[in-house]
Amino acid sequence: MSRESFEQTLDCRGMSCPLPILKTKKTVNSMADGDVLRLLTTDPGSPGDVAAWAKKTGNRLLISQVESGVYTFYIKKTLLRGMV
Amino acid sequence: MSETKKVALIASRGTLDWAYPPFILGSAAAAMDMEVMIFFTFYGLPLLNKKIEAKVSPHSNPAMPMRMPFGSKEFQQIEWNIPNFISGNMPGFDTMATSLMKETFKNKGVATIEELRDLCVDCGVKFVACQMTMDVFGFTKDQFIDGVEVGGAAMFLEFAADADIQLFL
Repeated sequence: MSRESFEQTLDCRGMSCPLPILKTKKTVNSMADGDVLRLLTTDPGSPGDVAAWAKKTGNRLLISQVESGVYTFYIKKTLLRGMV
Repeated sequence: MSETKKVALIASRGTLDWAYPPFILGSAAAAMDMEVMIFFTFYGLPLLNKKIEAKVSPHSNPAMPMRMPFGSKEFQQIEWNIPNFISGNMPGFDTMATSLMKETFKNKGVATIEELRDLCVDCGVKFVACQMTMDVFGFTKDQFIDGVEVGGAAMFLEFAADADIQLFL
């Protein structure tokens, strides 16, 4: 399991599509630019959904991994696109 | 930075199963920074009522899996083949099927229609009610949730003409 330091955790375990994405959006909105969110889910569709969401909104998905049925994502809030 | 994507959805059906797609796609699109309009017409209009009373009818959905949301894992896997003359004639059958489906959704962590609709509103999804079908079926704006606009085909088409995604649901 890779790790990353993070400012906030959002627990979406047990929730189905599209709730993890909606809650992620809400949480990321309240965070500061450059802050990292650690997101936990159990929805098997979430790796694809979180990656697509990050790509579309310009936020950076640093890590996406799964261990014993729990998916962990580290997302860096990124206001300016193309500044990687 | 690419310009904002636009999504134009038409919600034309108001059963519990068909109530989900417009609100799921609408809220997800808004969460992806897209601009969304949902045009509610015909049987989609009741989805704007303050209280949603959508039901599902197994009788008109022959491929709908009929499983129980309770009991052991093996019991929940049993497919109940209900003959049409029962599902179509037994009073309260749709109500029963509706409560079973709601229970299943809840067990699987799926949001309710009302929750998804609220999330749409929070994310700025625009709801438009079709004026013509409101008149035909006797709907008034005050029975709807706040923030609903009323419009016609041209209003939807003007938005949809520039939209990147258009879906009739």
